[in-house]
Amino acid sequence: MAAISEGQSGTGSETAARQRWLAVLARTPRERLEAALSELMPAPRYRPLKPAEAGLVMVRGRAGGTGSRFNLGEMTVTRAAIALEEGPVGIGYVPGRDRRRAELVAVFDALLQLSDRRASLMAALIEPQAAEIEAARANRAAKVAATRVSFFTMVRGE
Amino acid sequence: MYVATKGGEQAIANAHALLAEDRRGDPTVPEITPAQIREQLRLGIDRVMAEGSLYDPDLAALALKQARGDQVEAIFLLRAYRTTLPRLGYSEPVATPEMRVHRRISATFKEIAGGQILGPTFDYTQRLLDPSLAETGEIADAPAAGQGVAHPLPRVADTIGREGLLEPDAAEQDDGPIADLTREPLRFPADRAMRLQALARGDEGFLLSMGYSTQRGYARNHPFAGEIRMGEVAVEMVAPELGFAIDIADICVTECDMVNQFKGSKTELPQFTRGYGLVFGYGERKAMAMALVDRSLRAEELGEEITAPPQDPEFVLYHCDNVEASGFVQHLKLPHHVDFQSELHVVRGMRAEAEKALAESPFKEAAE
Repeated sequence: MAAISEGQSGTGSETAARQRWLAVLARTPRERLEAALSELMPAPRYRPLKPAEAGLVMVRGRAGGTGSRFNLGEMTVTRAAIALEEGPVGIGYVPGRDRRRAELVAVFDALLQLSDRRASLMAALIEPQAAEIEAARANRAAKVAATRVSFFTMVRGE
Repeated sequence: MYVATKGGEQAIANAHALLAEDRRGDPTVPEITPAQIREQLRLGIDRVMAEGSLYDPDLAALALKQARGDQVEAIFLLRAYRTTLPRLGYSEPVATPEMRVHRRISATFKEIAGGQILGPTFDYTQRLLDPSLAETGEIADAPAAGQGVAHPLPRVADTIGREGLLEPDAAEQDDGPIADLTREPLRFPADRAMRLQALARGDEGFLLSMGYSTQRGYARNHPFAGEIRMGEVAVEMVAPELGFAIDIADICVTECDMVNQFKGSKTELPQFTRGYGLVFGYGERKAMAMALVDRSLRAEELGEEITAPPQDPEFVLYHCDNVEASGFVQHLKLPHHVDFQSELHVVRGMRAEAEKALAESPFKEAAE
């Protein structure tokens, strides 16, 4: 699993950095992406490399959890690919069937590859969103932890 | 055999209009939205996604609304919808050992690393109807512990497995093709991958009864719930445009690792064997039933005597799919007029012959 939180992605390789922001973007609501895009001045100019496409990804599991692979079932996924006027190509994969959302992810993926854009976008969009995801996970984990029990074996016949 | 018929278009259109009216129910009661179904009837959504074999909560909610709450009909709608979409690829296997756990219990050990975590369970409720739910209102926030559940949570199988008492997960022989029932029909002998896919999308009621029959003695398995866990796993796939794996979503799954006695064989020491269940969504009953049936279907592999239907792959796998089963049972509603006319002709002829024979019988008087 690509790490959502900063630091875990570690060594700072370009691939790891891109995996991280794509994982965050895939979990970012469309409204948030639209808002972040509308704040960019001047607005980025891009063209779709192919129309955004909704389709199926076959989700796999492993027998026993760690054994041989099998096909569990499909999920809907939408993908998009765009090219910025400046050159970089961005791709977006999101769960569900929202083509605009996939396109927005692709736009930010491309923008984040521009060295003069990256720092500000990480600070304005990726890091706050990653923090929000982590906070939601921590909140859930704390509520789940409150349901931890200890079973005491009763001695029979007492 | 059924035959093509024509006519009835107006009646069919009117029937569908009547269906729409009945679906809406009393118009003075507010109409339900798919978002309400998705959020408040979540376990219904989960079953539709699991057996529809398509993870998309919004589509499952729409299907349930359209089907008036009929789960098998909603499952059929999802199966039909998926045929309209292209296949973009296959995910990496989801890493259930790294699940963000919302529930995790084991019946085999009192103390397990990370603890017994009940999560949002119906267990320990008294199954008394709660009249307060008839009213709408605010609910209290669930209490939170100071520290969250450990992540990742150690697996129970790894604890017993260390002593060699538990069979390890079968390692993959190669990275060759994996059976895919959306692309190929069932074939026998069905390998484990094909069986697990069929069971994962199989009917919960059917598998529950099959699993139950193994507990009642129709295949001696003596199962223990080694571990049941429910929570979120990340879905990763290699994007062809990139050439490396990216994490594209979190999905909720339920996993059951069932542990069964095994007396050993000529080549194996006595140890515990395992059955595996994995389903989309929060579907604990289904995951447990699947694990029981997965184990009983391993009878041949483990050299066990085959005495009962849950051990018979053809019986189980050919009958566990509710879309197929429903289709074949319900096709009996289609016009069978010609078939029936010929049967009628045959039965009339047989009766005439029998009556004639009776009339000519030397025992006629005695019979009278």
